[in-house]
Amino acid sequence: MSKQVTLAMGAGGKQTAELIDKVFAKRFESPLLTADDAAVLERPAGRIAMSTDGFIVSPSFFPGGNIGKLSVCGTVNDLACMGARPRYLTCAFVIEEGFELEKLEAIADAMATTAAEAGVTLVAGDTKVAGKGQVDGVFITTTGVGEVVEGATPAGANARPGDAIIVTGDVGRHGCTILLARDDFGIEADVTSDCAPLWSSVEAMLGVSKDVHVIRDATRGGVGTVLYEIAAQSGVGIALDASAIPVDPAVGGVCRMLGLEPLYLACEGRLVVIAPAEEADALVEALRSAPHSKGAAIIGHVTDERPGWVVMNTEIGTQTLLPQPGGELLPRIC
Amino acid sequence: MSTQPRQTAAQILQSYDGPRLRIMEVCGTHTHEIFRLGIRKLLPPQVDLISGPGCPVCVTPVGFIDEAIWLAEHGVTITTFGDLVRVPGTEKNLADARAAGARVQVVYSPLDALTYAKEHEDEQVTFLSVGFETTVPAACLVADEAFAEGVENFSLLTAHKTMPNAYAALRGSADVFLYPGHVHAITGTGLCEELVEQGVSGVLAGFTAKELVTALAVAVRKSEEGTPFFVNAYPRVVRPEGTPAAVALMERVMEPVDAEWRGLGVISQSGLRLRDEYASVDARKKFDMPRIEGRPNPTCRCGEVLQGHCKPSDCPLFGKVCTPQHPVGACMVSGEGACSAYYQYGGDQL
Repeated sequence: MSKQVTLAMGAGGKQTAELIDKVFAKRFESPLLTADDAAVLERPAGRIAMSTDGFIVSPSFFPGGNIGKLSVCGTVNDLACMGARPRYLTCAFVIEEGFELEKLEAIADAMATTAAEAGVTLVAGDTKVAGKGQVDGVFITTTGVGEVVEGATPAGANARPGDAIIVTGDVGRHGCTILLARDDFGIEADVTSDCAPLWSSVEAMLGVSKDVHVIRDATRGGVGTVLYEIAAQSGVGIALDASAIPVDPAVGGVCRMLGLEPLYLACEGRLVVIAPAEEADALVEALRSAPHSKGAAIIGHVTDERPGWVVMNTEIGTQTLLPQPGGELLPRIC
Repeated sequence: MSTQPRQTAAQILQSYDGPRLRIMEVCGTHTHEIFRLGIRKLLPPQVDLISGPGCPVCVTPVGFIDEAIWLAEHGVTITTFGDLVRVPGTEKNLADARAAGARVQVVYSPLDALTYAKEHEDEQVTFLSVGFETTVPAACLVADEAFAEGVENFSLLTAHKTMPNAYAALRGSADVFLYPGHVHAITGTGLCEELVEQGVSGVLAGFTAKELVTALAVAVRKSEEGTPFFVNAYPRVVRPEGTPAAVALMERVMEPVDAEWRGLGVISQSGLRLRDEYASVDARKKFDMPRIEGRPNPTCRCGEVLQGHCKPSDCPLFGKVCTPQHPVGACMVSGEGACSAYYQYGGDQL
């Protein structure tokens, strides 16, 4: 077998079968993974959540992960945000002719490991090969189905004045990692992506209380964009305590050098949680017991003042607006 | 021993009850941090903070953008800091020129521009060299390197500005200047001392919350004494002698020239251009460029904003026609511009 992906490997014949066998089938092995046209699955009890997401991150390998890990985390985290335990995942690859097989194997490895950690089963997939230059490396689309935990109804419109706002760890690491990995700035810093599957964090919270009003993963646009979306959807104001927002010192340093706001850098393993204030401490404690949310912290509260706006209480005791999300900060981060 | 009780910097600011005091910050980074930290809200009503012309993008005249577009339309690859791409020229900006086929490459330092030129020998590459004394040394380094190595496809289109004569031109606009820490880290504090003799007061400020609030408190307290003053409130970075090696490099490669500041007009000897020996890397000479006069949008009030004569929200275009997404004036382009900061941090809302 060639060391690179060829157009023939996407043509549907013997070489396609060989690619699927060698790279994907053995890694994604499970009784549910289909070799037929569609996976046939048991229907989960109760309501299901379903989500799909495309991944085009550049570079496809970065400190803390690769596009494969990202493509599993992205979709299982979207399910988790609806209070759904991830069950099934499908994946579709568009691979550029000439892409190294070794890299494709590393991507498939990461997907298998991450899926196992998230408790989700890969049940179906598709592989296409596009001509050189028609895609950049590899693009992946994943679709997931999850089982909504009985009694959980988190949604962006559910924030209420008085609620506490929690983030599950330091903000902006994924965006910062990709920024540095592209090497446009000649800055070296020890920053790794926060990319992680977050069902364990959500499960820990729902074990404490089902009355969690909003759960959002702060991907593109970061925590700031998510907070503005929630403020608009719920018709509430949001007040943040600037000094309570966890930022890794290296990320903070890069942001100061480049004039960036960490709240607007992407995360791939962080949730914004809004819940009744009286539950907040217990939720933070539960989050800290889960593997990917040990840095959980309360960063502010929901108010009925200035609906639609995010206000910062600054380190010197003044109030300012968090600038509204602007244009594209950095393309192709996920 | 002081007879006054000990007060924090914030208390000094909040308890000021003297006459009206206009403090101008002359640095775009100060402008941005003052907005980000909500420092205006610590000030009593009679203390005005004016955002001066300290953002290099904001003071770059329309004609400079027109010159860059002229080069781009004559087949030259333009390398530039990202902010300049969206600054309006007389008829269009560099983003429009790029959409029409011009080569416009965003770089993060002058050195990146020279590297790009070396890697693209079949292209003529010009770097849009703007900025104050903080960025001039880096531009001088690449000019010097390109000249010494005989790099034939690289040049600079300069629009550098220097502070000394700008302070003099702005002296009527403010009672106290908040001097830009990074500029004086290069040039030292000699000029600030000289300005005291001319009756101009100022405090040299750093960039953290503590440094900015402290510098403002010093400005307020010293103003009450009634005589012109200078205080270096950023001594951890700014030494009296500055950075002599950088100053020597600047003087060797560049020379003072009358310069046009957007909104302020021409200020005598307030800019820098490449010395004649460096003609081979000076885009204006190398490409025998015509003299290009830009025509700014007559409705835009950036010039008055830069001198503190009006607030951004007093401009009829502000927030309606002119936004960070669709800037009409340069002050709305850069995150350090007064209009952009005012817009992003909610203007009069809080």
